[in-house]
Amino acid sequence: MKVDGKKVFWNEYQKDIADDQYYFVRSCVRQNFFPGAEEAFIRILRNDLGKDLYTDPNHTTCTGIGYHVDLVKLETTMTVIARQFALMSEAGYRNFVISCVTSFGLYNEILDIWEKHPEIEEQVRDYLYRSTEREFKIPENLVHASDIIFKFRGQIAAKTQYKLVNQYTGKPLQVVEHIGCHYAKMFPEKGVGGAEHPYVLAGFIESLGGEVIDYPERRMCCGFGFRQYFIKASRGYSLSCTYRKMKSMEPYKPDLIVTNCPGCNFFFDRWQYVISETKGETYGEEDNGIPVLTYEEVAALALGYDPWGLGLQMHQVAVEPLLEKMGVDYDPAVKYIGFSGKQLSKPQMPDLLKVY
Amino acid sequence: MGKLFERLQQDVRFSEGLEACINCGTCTAICPAASFYDYDPREIADALQVEDEKILEGLLKGEKIWYCGQCMSCKTRCPRGNTPGLLILALRNLSIETGLYLHSHRGKQMYVLKKLIGDTILSTGYCVHADGVDTCLFPEQGPVWDWIRKNSSEIYNLFGNSYNKPGNGPLRKISKKSMNELKTIFNITGCTDRFEKIENDAAKCAKKLNLEYDDTIWNEYFQLMYSKNQPKDES
Repeated sequence: MKVDGKKVFWNEYQKDIADDQYYFVRSCVRQNFFPGAEEAFIRILRNDLGKDLYTDPNHTTCTGIGYHVDLVKLETTMTVIARQFALMSEAGYRNFVISCVTSFGLYNEILDIWEKHPEIEEQVRDYLYRSTEREFKIPENLVHASDIIFKFRGQIAAKTQYKLVNQYTGKPLQVVEHIGCHYAKMFPEKGVGGAEHPYVLAGFIESLGGEVIDYPERRMCCGFGFRQYFIKASRGYSLSCTYRKMKSMEPYKPDLIVTNCPGCNFFFDRWQYVISETKGETYGEEDNGIPVLTYEEVAALALGYDPWGLGLQMHQVAVEPLLEKMGVDYDPAVKYIGFSGKQLSKPQMPDLLKVY
Repeated sequence: MGKLFERLQQDVRFSEGLEACINCGTCTAICPAASFYDYDPREIADALQVEDEKILEGLLKGEKIWYCGQCMSCKTRCPRGNTPGLLILALRNLSIETGLYLHSHRGKQMYVLKKLIGDTILSTGYCVHADGVDTCLFPEQGPVWDWIRKNSSEIYNLFGNSYNKPGNGPLRKISKKSMNELKTIFNITGCTDRFEKIENDAAKCAKKLNLEYDDTIWNEYFQLMYSKNQPKDES
């Protein structure tokens, strides 16, 4: 293939990611279950990359979960998102950074609707003004937080203390990456690598020396299923999806699962616990699970951040096997120390899955 | 064309979701819900393109439209640009708006979602808040979650020191002004009315089934809707 032709062919898989001056919106799920991940993202951008990132106390949920469980009306969701854009406009920013894949898909869906149906955008502007007397500008650049980590993966890799390499064997760690359905399945052109060659996590993992596993169910949903998960009677849908994925990746002996979406992180982490309790199966060595980390957690760990300062003790699947393989210098004695400096009692142990 | 179809067509997700289905079944092949339930997104798209009022009414009253997990894998793979997942959103919306959702058990489960997610949004500004996620409702949360909830201030404040108080960090308390704006948006766009309708409908259904019902989630009707699919005693 000619070089020019190659460039044209791959152009549709490229994504414009702003260099600096970011307005950041948090994720409902991430801040509840892996709150250290968002704090790590903020620290990495500000302290390690020297970027301007604005965190706004006034933004709310985008209502994404409520929308996809059919509860929150489209008009409502659009107006709430318009309010987030208004807050960004008022703060003097144009580059919108989203910490949640469900939100990212929804923002893109709404921008797509407004582009094709300007009358709907006008109606939403009216709703917003009547509700809040606010007005908004559409962001010039809208990305998922992992897009920024991907963009600056070279700079991050150059500063790392640890690599995704097994310190005992010198071989690359075997890594499962899961980008989350709403990152690129809905609007492939909005994701790095699109739906066919998603590279946002794979490129980042490779830059840290890890090797990405290509397993049969790699692109299957984690199983959130929105209402299927929240209603206990249909929760088996969610567990079954994750179980299918775990069985599919198991023969490749992953050392680590890295996720893009906070929901996916939660399901890979917690369903491994349920599978261990109900089926007596674990997927790591010696009754350990496969640690499940978000991209920010992996970046921060590699940069030398303390694992307990990152909140890795909030994962049900213990991360210690990964820390050992990476050669991370950590203190097991401070894992359960709280904000006041008090030593907290340890969580109860699962029957099978190891916790340290 | 009947009135239900006219209303469905007013939903932008219908026009965006349906071009022309060629019945290839690619969506069904890729669909996680189709592999676990008696569900076929191809059938939904095909049923809608015939524009039959009776068929549409059957969908709105039935169980099938509630099986989709909203992964949207169907959008990526459809060779004709259809998105059954979007059609499902439009169908579920119309089913709720017309009250036809009360004909199906899974439709009635909207009450559970209103209690778990809707009330959380309007009380905290988040779809999910740790203080409302109880391991007796979500046992898969595991022992680590019991530990986190037991020590919530000690743990969450490690990250931004803003747990349930003003600040910029995780689980910060969202200001009264922002919450008022959020609630006003819900009022003006009709979502508050929807929440009330779901709650009122649930009260009537509970009465019909002679089940205990109150404002909390700790009542017999919630437990039935939350933990059972198609119970025998529900007609």
